[in-house]
Amino acid sequence: MESQLLDEPTDIGLLQRAKVGDFVAFQQLVAKLQPRVYGLTYRILQQTQDAEDATQQTFLALIEHIADFREESSVATWVLKIATNHALKILRKKRGGKMVSMADMASDDNYNDIPHPEFIAPWSQTADEIVQQAEVQEELEKALLELDDKYRLVFVLRDVEGLSVKETAQALDLTESTVKVRLLRARLALRERLTKKFGDAMQAMIPDHKHS
Amino acid sequence: MTCEELLKALNEYVDGAQLTEICEEFSQHLAGCNPCQVVVDNIRQTISLYRDGQPYEMPKNFEERLQQSLKSKWEEKFGSPVKPTANG
Repeated sequence: MESQLLDEPTDIGLLQRAKVGDFVAFQQLVAKLQPRVYGLTYRILQQTQDAEDATQQTFLALIEHIADFREESSVATWVLKIATNHALKILRKKRGGKMVSMADMASDDNYNDIPHPEFIAPWSQTADEIVQQAEVQEELEKALLELDDKYRLVFVLRDVEGLSVKETAQALDLTESTVKVRLLRARLALRERLTKKFGDAMQAMIPDHKHS
Repeated sequence: MTCEELLKALNEYVDGAQLTEICEEFSQHLAGCNPCQVVVDNIRQTISLYRDGQPYEMPKNFEERLQQSLKSKWEEKFGSPVKPTANG
């Protein structure tokens, strides 16, 4: 979803010029992509220094592998996958190699015992209105921080960065069905957390409604 | 479709997958189930908050360091010094 002004070079145009040695084109491409790369790595790693390292490694790798782009995805998606890779390496190191939970088929990678929503209430403002408020970003980050790595990774790639389920699965080396289950759990957990914050308690509903 | 089944099919519905069968059942359920309607709406708002949030600012001093390291890597890779731009 890029807004494309007529005189603004496309990512692919810049990449093609960079491939043949145009450093200015490369710098322009980096300038366009760095907010997303930094944002993605920050959300995965939750720490400035680590996000800087991952961002730098991503763009260094981009120089190294610039000839390898196959046009199977957009340039941005390709670069975000590279960034995910580097962020995951750092995350694994931070967790002392103990990231078993990233593997497929963890005990909760299925649709059994999906937690039923607890606090159900319409929000008192729309997302468009809420997003304008100053403290909201902090609130969103806090909610994200409370998610397990495996849920956070899937949510950030799919819902924040807008990758498809397939692309998210490729970036994380998971099956698509695992991505879907984790995404559902992530969305439900964030919904619960944010509805407690933004929901209108006066209109709260009974959660354990069951019918048909 | 029960509320539990609806929960499992939520992703497909929220992401607008072309599964007409699920969507029809889903819509039928929603029409008669206010709490589920609200949950679906909550989830849509949650996603849109994250999608439309502000991007992070990269620290200024990092941006300079990044430029510098990319420049050296570029020179290493392409073997020729980077041409200075016209306005220096």
